[in-house]
Amino acid sequence: MNGSRAPIGEDDLQSFVDGRLAGERLALVEGYLGSNPEARTRVTLERQQRDALRAALQAKFAEPVPARLRVAAIRAARRRSWRQRVAAVAAALVLLVVGGAGGWFARGQSAASSSGTTTVTRDAVAAYRTFVVEVAHPVEVGAAQEAHLVRWLSKRLGRPLKAPDLARFGFRLMGGRLLSADAGAAAQLMYETDGGRRLTVYVQATQGGETAFRFRQDGETATFAWLDQGYGFAVTANSDRAELLPIAEVVYQSLDGAILQP
Amino acid sequence: MDDIATLLEPQIPALRRYAYALVRNHDVADDLVQDCLERAIARWYLRRGDGDLRAWLFTILRNRYISDFRQKRRRGTEVDIDAVALSIHPSQDDGLDTQDVLTALDRLSEEHKTVLLLVGVEDLSYEETANILGIPRGTVMSRLARARQSLRGLLDRGGATWLRRVK
Repeated sequence: MNGSRAPIGEDDLQSFVDGRLAGERLALVEGYLGSNPEARTRVTLERQQRDALRAALQAKFAEPVPARLRVAAIRAARRRSWRQRVAAVAAALVLLVVGGAGGWFARGQSAASSSGTTTVTRDAVAAYRTFVVEVAHPVEVGAAQEAHLVRWLSKRLGRPLKAPDLARFGFRLMGGRLLSADAGAAAQLMYETDGGRRLTVYVQATQGGETAFRFRQDGETATFAWLDQGYGFAVTANSDRAELLPIAEVVYQSLDGAILQP
Repeated sequence: MDDIATLLEPQIPALRRYAYALVRNHDVADDLVQDCLERAIARWYLRRGDGDLRAWLFTILRNRYISDFRQKRRRGTEVDIDAVALSIHPSQDDGLDTQDVLTALDRLSEEHKTVLLLVGVEDLSYEETANILGIPRGTVMSRLARARQSLRGLLDRGGATWLRRVK
């Protein structure tokens, strides 16, 4: 990054400590250290301390990995917890299947892994369809009052929430609203492009463990849903899988980060 | 599915080392690693195909550490980081130098610990470290410089003592 003529900087000294300099730059830094005993003492110490830290942790690295951290063991535990969830939601599944949503489960998917996300998807799509066409009152609280909106929805949801920034995809926050769901409150954040396309991020309290993303296409409406830490999340738009996936990833990362905020 | 195990398992020793250096308790560290692996497996398909697996895993692990720690604090069962460190039995009888440097590390902020560990111990590049922390490369460099300065300051309390020991 530095040309060989650039003066020696702190980043050179750090790279030197890490042994990551080579060629001309290394020679320059060595020359500099040769005529600056104070700096030389400093980097020598820092190098020794770096090595001491590596040495101190080497034993931990060399330890055999405990059986519980084997990938096979973790997978087995996941399957067990899914089976428990199957039992817990069996009744609900029967109702869903009888109720005509059965086609969804007949696609060879694991019923247990999709039950929670199915509920979230269903509710998110219903909410999307209700409000995305709304012209006069698409949101209850507008983006101008974002801080208030986020505080309010977080409080009602019992979970810190923040509005993911989707500007890089052309979607800007319009605002949000509070909805009711089976297990209590749900929050819907609505986004819109300059061209008037709308996208919603939907969050509700949900039973069940965590899942990977589940995708569902209902006609033009595409949804990615997932469960995490007792909440179901869904990102819905008139879109397709390829366009929606990177957006859903950003929403996931953003909301996963939100729980860090006290 | 088996490629998950093939790809993940070689990364586990380094994850355990980083986790242990952060929490300094063997069981708590392995809980953290287990949590990280569970998430990685659950989100395997979210992983960018061209992404660096190792950096991705360190990101997950670090996020779990930060969120667990803050959650405990919210619940009011705050764990004093110094108390955690002090309650740990020495990992190995490697002599005083080892304990000195780990004890000094315990006193640094998480941000400083993480740069020292990811760069200095795990040999991640400055760019990878910047991605994991979500900060620019230049910030990694200045944070690294400050972290090393702090560590030096802590180990320098005894001044000549440290020098004598490492020589």
